[in-house]
Amino acid sequence: MTAWLLRRLAASVAIVFAVVTFVFILIHLAPGDPCIVGTGEGIPDPEVCRSLVRQFGLDQPILVQYWRYLAELAHGNLGYSFALHRPVRDALADTLPFTLQLAGAALLIDFGLGLALGIYQALRLNRLPDVVLGNITLFVYSLPTFWLGLILLLLFGETLRLFPVGGAGDPILCPLVDSFYCLADRLWHMVLPAATLGLVGAAGTARFQRAAMLEVAQQDFVRTARAKGLPERRVVLRHQLRNALLSVITRFGLTLPFLLTGAVLVETIFAWPGMGRLTVDAILRRDYAVVTAAALIASALVVAGSLIADMLLGFADPRIRVRDDAFVDVVTA
Amino acid sequence: MTFGSWLALVVAIVLSAEAVRWLRQRAMQHERWRRFFRHPTAAWGSGILTFLVIVAIAAPLVAPLDPIVQPDPVGLKNHPPSLTFLMGTDVFSRDVWSRFAYGARVSLGIGALGALIAVTLGSCVGAVAGYYRRWVDAILMRCVDIGLALPRIFILLMAVALWDRLPFAWLTLVIGLTSWFGTSRLVRAEVLALRERDFVVAARALGVPSGRVIFGHILPNAAAPIIVSAALSVGNVLLLEASLSFLGIGVAPPRPSWGNMIADGAVTIYTAPWTTLFAGLAISLVVMSLNAVADGLRDALDPRKDPA
Repeated sequence: MTAWLLRRLAASVAIVFAVVTFVFILIHLAPGDPCIVGTGEGIPDPEVCRSLVRQFGLDQPILVQYWRYLAELAHGNLGYSFALHRPVRDALADTLPFTLQLAGAALLIDFGLGLALGIYQALRLNRLPDVVLGNITLFVYSLPTFWLGLILLLLFGETLRLFPVGGAGDPILCPLVDSFYCLADRLWHMVLPAATLGLVGAAGTARFQRAAMLEVAQQDFVRTARAKGLPERRVVLRHQLRNALLSVITRFGLTLPFLLTGAVLVETIFAWPGMGRLTVDAILRRDYAVVTAAALIASALVVAGSLIADMLLGFADPRIRVRDDAFVDVVTA
Repeated sequence: MTFGSWLALVVAIVLSAEAVRWLRQRAMQHERWRRFFRHPTAAWGSGILTFLVIVAIAAPLVAPLDPIVQPDPVGLKNHPPSLTFLMGTDVFSRDVWSRFAYGARVSLGIGALGALIAVTLGSCVGAVAGYYRRWVDAILMRCVDIGLALPRIFILLMAVALWDRLPFAWLTLVIGLTSWFGTSRLVRAEVLALRERDFVVAARALGVPSGRVIFGHILPNAAAPIIVSAALSVGNVLLLEASLSFLGIGVAPPRPSWGNMIADGAVTIYTAPWTTLFAGLAISLVVMSLNAVADGLRDALDPRKDPA
């Protein structure tokens, strides 16, 4: 078990390292004068430009630059944003918690609602509720996240005026979440963005869970359970569900990139002050230090997420620990 | 809407309905294609897809106006849907239905081309990894791991930030090149199983070169999962293009794509919801139809369900 865990950990570190290298190469492949690309506006004075190039070591050989880049990263230095006039690390530290809160709430909706629906459908297999829910989840699953966000905004924000149309809280009364009122305010602001982000995933999880339950239903131990006269409910909830949950764990790891992608769009629509909106704003300002740092953080989060999913799966399913390849089989299945 | 565009629209609807009916009739003679049409959603899905493809191809006939022209930016701005303007007009007074039809070309085109690139690349990589195994497999699959770990939108955002706006062809290429990872895993798993089968072993024993074994013997037998994954890929690529265009970094305006139609309309969503509504519905319908068709294909192409 420990060896297996260490191997997974080493693989994750290697993947993050490869991503860092890839990002570095991409930056250096990009066309354009560093004087122009770095600041977004360009420096008219060539002397100032040259001194800046020297100061940031852009005249060094590429391998030296790569080494410095890694060394800076190792110290937690993600670069300096000229557009924001502050270190990128600080800008990310301000926005990342908002993205994590949003993603956490969405994850809750995704798996809470998705699993409940999937299990309910499996219990009512091929009957009216199953068929109706099957069509609804197929439709919701196909919705573009940002469009769903706009429609929810139109319905619940503007027409019914039930929820705020943007922001993460009242900026005057609640700059920080330090009271019960402010917590409620934050949650109230979070409903629409989290629902937008979570609902599409929940529809996917419901379909996935229903399919996983059906897959397990074909297996011998389910037939045995029925044959020995267990009540149907118990067969479904004890025998099918427990085994179907294994593939849901792998889905958990695969959901994270989807959530982070969605967060970029949802944060833009709902003016949620998270990392996604920071990234989109940075692109409009050509502030590439922020964009690359956000790409790195997002990749690291995804790798960490799939590592957690791997570990959960390892604890839940002893077969995985014995045969390493089995993980790949489960994921591709 | 002119008389000609109404006529073209009716012809398009009738044509797609007839096409599905004809397909269905043909399908009744084969067990496996009967399975495809057993899902009512698969028939509807193929109908919707056929209709939108016809609209995209016949865009100049179906659309009454030029999608970029602004007839009267003051008087006809945000006009609600009517018989003259089937889907209303947007904030620049452009006819939304005309933009919808021309946008179908761009969106479906990127979807199909991007998916073609992604599935071709994914199949080749998956086949090579699964066939040669050992270090080839290890290296390729680690690359796939990295690709799956990268949240694509951040990488695409980064590419756009560094290269400024990507031209149309590059956009399609970049989307295609970042969408093949899932397919390659799927194909690899299939090839790993197929390479041990007798007909492959026989081909290799006869001295057939590796390339011909892979492309002539193994891949044709892995066609079913590849086709299903292609159908799903088109939807994914379409959604990705729409997301990028929505963020203002995909297809360059004023050229219409469904994604940047939603972006244009987002500003006036409260006063003129129709500008975003139809493009969003179209994306959802296409993705839903593709999912339904993929489900149907999965059933139809599954050899385990063929009668012995």
